[in-house]
Amino acid sequence: MAYRWKTDLTERDVTPEGAWLTRRGLMAGIAGAGIATLAGRGRAAEALEPNTWEEITTYNNFYEFGTDKTDPARHAGAMTIAPWSVRIDGLVDRPADYALEDILSRMTIEERIYRFRCVEAWSRVVPWNGFELADLLEMAGVQSGARYVAFETYLNRDEMPGVRFPVLDWPYVEGLRLDEAMHPLTIMATGIYGRDLPKQNGAPLRLVVPWKYGFKSIKSVVRITLTAEQPPTSWNKANPREYGFYSNVNPEVDHPRWSQATERRIGAGLFARREPTQMFNGYAEEVAGLYEGMDLTKFY
Amino acid sequence: MPLGPAINGAARRVPVWAVWIAGLAPAAWLFWQAATGGLGVEPVEALEHRLGELALQLLIAGLAVTPLRRHLGVNLMRFRRALGLLAFTYVCLHLAVWLLLDVQTLARVWEDVLKRPYITVGMAGFLLLIPLAVTSNDWSVRRLGSRWRRLHRLSYLAAVLGGLHFLLLAKGFQLEPLLYAGAILGLLALRLRLPRRQAA
Repeated sequence: MAYRWKTDLTERDVTPEGAWLTRRGLMAGIAGAGIATLAGRGRAAEALEPNTWEEITTYNNFYEFGTDKTDPARHAGAMTIAPWSVRIDGLVDRPADYALEDILSRMTIEERIYRFRCVEAWSRVVPWNGFELADLLEMAGVQSGARYVAFETYLNRDEMPGVRFPVLDWPYVEGLRLDEAMHPLTIMATGIYGRDLPKQNGAPLRLVVPWKYGFKSIKSVVRITLTAEQPPTSWNKANPREYGFYSNVNPEVDHPRWSQATERRIGAGLFARREPTQMFNGYAEEVAGLYEGMDLTKFY
Repeated sequence: MPLGPAINGAARRVPVWAVWIAGLAPAAWLFWQAATGGLGVEPVEALEHRLGELALQLLIAGLAVTPLRRHLGVNLMRFRRALGLLAFTYVCLHLAVWLLLDVQTLARVWEDVLKRPYITVGMAGFLLLIPLAVTSNDWSVRRLGSRWRRLHRLSYLAAVLGGLHFLLLAKGFQLEPLLYAGAILGLLALRLRLPRRQAA
């Protein structure tokens, strides 16, 4: 079901101040709570000025193409992305290799302007195009025993110079709890700024989970498996002390090697101040409920 | 023609100030690039990392001078002080960028030094270099006599800490920090063998 999350407003969408004041005058005393929500959305939207195309596509982590931030933009061109299919298997009613065209013909593509926060403490705002992961999972038919979703990135040793060295245990794998995967904020992105997703950003299809550190948003997905058990995830396998399964953005839980309290906004320049990091990357209102009663310092 | 004398002949014609200019040029270029967009969309990280890498490269160059002379007969001793001081300069620039442009808050700098091993190790390496830079002048060499040589063996430890600093901050299992650590340990190992040979 597309369009379940509707707060992806931009500055253009913010009600002009004059009209808003009039409306506030009219509605005062009728729906005070509603007004507060509107105002809150307006403020949040104003801060969400997307980064430029260049800022989004020239500074990437996609270790299959090298560990330097500029390596993906330089080397990802070699990746074959057509034809592309996604194997959806495990605890689903209709396991199959789904051709990308078939998936796209059945999904509703919408724009989602999200904050993106890397575990390395940099951030940016990306205007994604994509569809809700929940729609894709429902297409395959999630069985009642499924509790987790495992993802896998494309792997081709001839096309990916970075996999010659075992920086990580290839292929790259990630995972979500089923309720996280079904959350309306969780999307599979197919584009940025209305253009096809660049290869360095995870073409042709990648996960985007905006309240988690960027490495959870696995790129160039070739396989999605519904499981009963928590699946292994690449960074957790590489260093479990530093990277947990959940990896929710949390300014109060530091990475052992650096603070997560603040972040550097990409494109802000050489002399920009660091900005405070928000709980769940600013999506606490939407997702905090998923983790109620959990000790987030333990389940980091 | 043996390689050693050929290089020595060419090196004799290179004035030390030329090494200084060649050594400082990358720093000027990097700051210019960072300020004008040449280092990409996240210039702070790029600048910090490049300065740190250059510092390590210069430390390695300084450590290479003695083994080159002893094993290959290549004498670059004239440039060793410049290489050491250039390395120290780059460590200072690296630290300044980290402090002023990256972390920005003094309290957090201190917290990082105490809490994060790779920063503790890097900072220890920096502190070890300070007495070496201070005593790098002719007057100190004369005054300290044989103690000067012993004191300047701290550069071995400083280089090891620098290499360890790089190893500890890498994400995942990466090749580049291993190459630096290998070069540093290799150059130190060449020194260890020598006393035994002389004794024999």
